[in-house]
Amino acid sequence: MEKAKITVKEVTKIFGKSPKQATKLLDQGKSKSEILKETGNTVGVNRASFDVYPGEIFVIMGLSGSGKSTLVRLLNRLIEPTSGQVLIDDEDIVRMKPEQLRDVRRKKLSMVFQRFALFPHKTVLENTEYGLEVQNISKEKRSGKAQESLELVGLKGYEKSYPSELSGGMQQRVGLARALANDPDVLLMDEAFSALDPLIRKDMQDELLELQESMEKTIVFITHDLDEALRIGDRIALMKDGSIVQIGTPEEIMTNPANDYVERFVEDVDLSKVLTASHVMKRAETLRADRGPRVALQLMREQKLSSLYIVDKKQKLIGAITADDAAKAIEAKKEIADILITDLPTVAPDTLLTDMFVKMASSSLPLPVIDENDKFKGIIVRGAVIGALAGNETESAKGEVS
Amino acid sequence: MQLFPKIPLADWVDSFVDMLTDNLEPVFDGITSGIDWFVEGIVSILAFPPALVLIAIFTILAWWSSRWPVAIFTLLGLLLIDNLGYWDPTIETLALVLTSVIISIILGVPLGIWASQSDRVRGIITPVLDFMQTMPAFVYLIPAILFFGIGMVPGIIASVIFAMPPTIRLTNLGIRQVPEDLIEASNAFGSTTKQKLIKVQLPLATPTIMAGINQSIMLSLSMVVIASLVGAPGLGADVYRAVTQIKVGIGFEAGLAIVILAIMLDRISQNIGKTKN
Repeated sequence: MEKAKITVKEVTKIFGKSPKQATKLLDQGKSKSEILKETGNTVGVNRASFDVYPGEIFVIMGLSGSGKSTLVRLLNRLIEPTSGQVLIDDEDIVRMKPEQLRDVRRKKLSMVFQRFALFPHKTVLENTEYGLEVQNISKEKRSGKAQESLELVGLKGYEKSYPSELSGGMQQRVGLARALANDPDVLLMDEAFSALDPLIRKDMQDELLELQESMEKTIVFITHDLDEALRIGDRIALMKDGSIVQIGTPEEIMTNPANDYVERFVEDVDLSKVLTASHVMKRAETLRADRGPRVALQLMREQKLSSLYIVDKKQKLIGAITADDAAKAIEAKKEIADILITDLPTVAPDTLLTDMFVKMASSSLPLPVIDENDKFKGIIVRGAVIGALAGNETESAKGEVS
Repeated sequence: MQLFPKIPLADWVDSFVDMLTDNLEPVFDGITSGIDWFVEGIVSILAFPPALVLIAIFTILAWWSSRWPVAIFTLLGLLLIDNLGYWDPTIETLALVLTSVIISIILGVPLGIWASQSDRVRGIITPVLDFMQTMPAFVYLIPAILFFGIGMVPGIIASVIFAMPPTIRLTNLGIRQVPEDLIEASNAFGSTTKQKLIKVQLPLATPTIMAGINQSIMLSLSMVVIASLVGAPGLGADVYRAVTQIKVGIGFEAGLAIVILAIMLDRISQNIGKTKN
């Protein structure tokens, strides 16, 4: 595994007057509500530990009051941790002096806020410049960088507007531009899209993913919306009562919930919006295009298949043939090229199940999966999809080829 | 029958004031001549142009900062004052008000900022401000006379004490009212305390601070009549004379001049606060 960008070790935050006493009770294994009853202290975050790797989107997900917003503020010390370590590039944020901390905040960490937190008295450009302005970078240089960053989020031409003149979605773009302007390694996004309308939220999620393709920042994203977590998260940490209950990829969490809480959380989720083609894909027999129909028919008989996929030398998918056509071709002395079905619908490995139903219905053959270089990766048979939606392990779901 | 003997609070205050007068005389003298010089300066500047020129300047100022009704009111009001023959005392009153407001701002805004940065400072300042505002203003005049003598200066000191609290309070309030998420944003991008104050808190607190200054102007104007008891010049002195001689007509004229001045200053200072934001 590559080296972690952020390592959080046993970080705890207790709000109240006697955090030491509360920490002791926490060590004895008492619950959040017991500690509140006994000491009057609130456990914000309870011994959270996790690693975030460079270039990944790490989603911290939980209901309100689960401590997720506190946890993200412990990462840049907007809230002082009671105990534990937060290592960013192996440097412990918790033990830093104010000047060092300021430097890390200026250069390595940027934050995007739920309610945008734009400065109402500054223009869009001035807002975007803020992180550079506090570093005393010259006006010329910082407005150049801010300009680039605004272009990145699609707000060119709005430099002189004030935040109040923009829509919610545009305001959060400014928030994002401001966070990107000082080119940080890490973006902390606290419910960044939660205040937006569902449609705009989806657009922003797509745009973030698109931006992330080229930026490859390390992103810690807080949300209470499971769909959002599943959509954008490379890995998800689920929080409850200040503790992290499970960390895993979206599929791991969906298919293998660590406990009842997670299970109840995910049971309402539409699996077809989580599982991807690569999850239900099967290996398929292929044949090079320069072989004859006899070879094809032979192979299909051996493997008990009713169709076969034809690829070129570079494993690029050309088309498919059926056993019936192959048998007729042998009688009529035709080549494979003559009976090839080329207008096959295809899907990419990261296509969600929900997006492939229409294609599956339109084709009698299994859906071929091809990657971005048109290479043939495998096929999707209906039985495997149904098995996955029913919650079975996909490997055991043996669907017959139609 | 008293259970305990009376606490000699009055004697203590007397001897404390005596001690201050004896020991700090040079300081008080310095303050007196400083304020004297300042007020004289303002009076001579305001009295230098002919009345009509100054009226024109104020009218333009009112028109620039507010809407035209305020400008018309200013024009007609000041012309009336001049016509009634109260131009010179009006200038003196204006100079007194400006001086005490400037002192209130110079002392009050930094104190307000300080109070906003620390709950402990606020905890100390708040009861002091309550004391300053509720103690009857006449009471300040007595030690003020002892420290600064008779005339304009004790009047200004008393009106500073009376008029400064709103500036301090509203500066503190304005800074503390800046939304928490903006403070978080400012911190998250690595601002120093000073950068946060100058770039975020003060600009956002400006309307509230201006409201405090507006209050200070009005309060110090209300003090000028009282200040005339210790010999401060201006419209207050005319009102005071009318009261002692039971001259209703003169009292009304001088009082009306104060009202005109008050409305003019209020509207102009309110709208300057608004146009800045």
